Amino acid sequence: MSQPATLAWFGRHELRLFWRDWISMMTAGKRGREPILAGVAVVFAVLIHMLAYFLVVPYARAGIVPDKGTLVVLTGGGFLACSLMLSQAMESVTRAFYARSDLDLILSSPASARRVFAVRMIAIALATTLLTTVLAGPFINVLAFYDGPHWLAGYGVLLAMGALSTGFAIVVTIAMFRGLGPKRTRFISQVVSAVVGAGFVIGAQAAAILSTGKFSRLEIFRSQDVIAGAPGLASPLWWPARAAMGEGATLAALLGLGLGLLAVVIAGLSANFGDHVVAASGEVYERKRERRRERFRPASVKRVLRRKEWTLLRRDPWLMSQTLMQILYLAPPALLLWRNFGDDLSGFLILVPIIVMASGQLAGGLAWLAVSGEDAPDLVASAPVPERAVLAAKIEAVIGAVVVVIAPLVLALAFAAPRVAAVAALGVAVSAASGTMIQIWFRAQAKRSTFHRRQTSSRIATVAEALSSILWAGTAALLVAGSWFAAAMAPIVLLILAGTWAIRPRQAP
Amino acid sequence: MDSSAPALQLRGLVKHFDRPAVDGLDLTVRTGEFYALLGPNGAGKTTTLRIVAGLLRPDAGAVSVFGIDALADPIAAKRDIAWVSDEPMIYDKLTPFEFLEFVAGLWSIPAQVAEARARELIGWLGLEPHAHERCQSFSKGMRQKVALAGALVHEPRLLILDEPLTGLDAGSARQVKDVLAARVRGGASVILTTHILEVAERLAERIGVIDKGRLIAEGTLEELRARAGHAGSSLEDVFLELVARQNAAA
Repeated sequence: MSQPATLAWFGRHELRLFWRDWISMMTAGKRGREPILAGVAVVFAVLIHMLAYFLVVPYARAGIVPDKGTLVVLTGGGFLACSLMLSQAMESVTRAFYARSDLDLILSSPASARRVFAVRMIAIALATTLLTTVLAGPFINVLAFYDGPHWLAGYGVLLAMGALSTGFAIVVTIAMFRGLGPKRTRFISQVVSAVVGAGFVIGAQAAAILSTGKFSRLEIFRSQDVIAGAPGLASPLWWPARAAMGEGATLAALLGLGLGLLAVVIAGLSANFGDHVVAASGEVYERKRERRRERFRPASVKRVLRRKEWTLLRRDPWLMSQTLMQILYLAPPALLLWRNFGDDLSGFLILVPIIVMASGQLAGGLAWLAVSGEDAPDLVASAPVPERAVLAAKIEAVIGAVVVVIAPLVLALAFAAPRVAAVAALGVAVSAASGTMIQIWFRAQAKRSTFHRRQTSSRIATVAEALSSILWAGTAALLVAGSWFAAAMAPIVLLILAGTWAIRPRQAP
Repeated sequence: MDSSAPALQLRGLVKHFDRPAVDGLDLTVRTGEFYALLGPNGAGKTTTLRIVAGLLRPDAGAVSVFGIDALADPIAAKRDIAWVSDEPMIYDKLTPFEFLEFVAGLWSIPAQVAEARARELIGWLGLEPHAHERCQSFSKGMRQKVALAGALVHEPRLLILDEPLTGLDAGSARQVKDVLAARVRGGASVILTTHILEVAERLAERIGVIDKGRLIAEGTLEELRARAGHAGSSLEDVFLELVARQNAAA
């Protein structure tokens, strides 16, 4: 047993909280589901290894050599992973400063706040690394199996990148705290983390669209122009790729750099973390004045409910990063639309399903906030308004918000290809309606602040929402292509929705 | 609507969760009466009030609000009811002014009328300096006052309050008590649960004591004292005696 209030003791405490939190999140807080969770994890691992097998083995069997083409693809993939890690680390570091949870207890105790925050920052680095490892690990395993164990060095590269991203995220967040103050930091760091997370993916896609006219972000890394223009084989730019391919000295240097930076950042800055948390807590309790209004506005009950939902959505600080990412991912389709304006059907085949899918996901998220994330459920339920009218108003608020985001794209489409725009509009309508209805069927009262973990409310709702938006997107693509298969696919989605409705939980009277 | 009907009438009310929470409860609150419902933790007070407010459906029994069958026509019954719980039901991101506008809209109060009432309530409860600040920075007492203002903005004839004074400082508690007393003088009826027995002792015209989902005693303070055999003693002594007797009998 470790001594109380030491680094190891806090580490054990954090690990225990993380583990219980994770299990609770994955099992939706229901006991006895651990064996099912283990089974799902095994199935997921097998599936993702199969995917990696089909994508990687053709190259591995041919023998992978560290030429420029390979280094460009690996480095590009590394940058993609790194941008996601940096985004996740920035959001986690910001949350660590603003989330109150147990910080009041810890900061009011005689324990060293420096140790607590050092452990929390290490935990963020590990969690950041773990998430990417879950996705990248199967590719490393398959490469190690078919091309040699030297590929296992990829895990070391992931660890180095996780440490580097977290160290960088801490420095950037604290610099924002000092430069901009706690009030602006929360908002700006959300925007920055969303832009960083989506930025590289979108940039690579945009470059592919502009140079090759194709949508795949990998196209840009296979482009002969990029390979020809890339630096020579001795460039430090290729260190992560070389390390991932098993160069021991490069891997050691990369690990030294990543872990060293994280250690220096934690040692240098953790002493002041407590001050930032105190400053952030001041921001939480700071009074926010709204524009003074002198008059109540006459409105019907439904309009009052819609207006309330839109006001709360507008003022939700964490919603920004959650939805900004979804909206940012619409940028490449918009670029594709602009580039192929009116002259190429293949562009629309990619553009329309992306718009349809984004609509479903956006609507699902907003519906969760409006229905499950209702802050005053008893107040609304005790009002003399039928439940059906309340739900209708909330649905209208959600659909209205989706329309504001998606309508400009569909309108632009209408000028380029009216038939395609009609298909897109229909797809957006059914996808958004499906996402919203699923959240209504599976509504479960939750705190609005837990929006980023809304999937814990119901795994079935999460899967059904994803399935319906993906399949509606596929149906829309088939319709754009003029394929009769669309007529077969639409009933499948409706069947899935019917099945989801049939197994919805019974709402308490 | 029956003008001679009591403000609230419960008959044979039953609600089971994993055990009986309300077990055949009969209770009447007269029009214009301040009624305090007392009981130990888990006695069924909150469940009873949530049923009356239309937030829970009973397994059996009848609920009548000013003669309206609240189970058959909940919307009509809710028009005359306001519900305030110990956890203030307000929106952090709205200001008190916006919150009252929202609540008035839910009860379909004309904007001009609601606005005048809202201004009066905001002034009455000392919320004027904060009327256009988001509620997120408010103390528990201020939040409870905003929730109470929301409950009063549609001028309900029956106020249902579950521990409305929990966590309030002395000044805020006094303000809330004054507001409630004024509403009763104005003809409204109040049913309230509280663990602060001094509130029931000073404000309530009749007191009901509930235990294990059943009404074990009811009456004015004097009637309860007589029943407990504690003439001149405090409500606390009377309450503890009645509950102890009930437990001994069970």
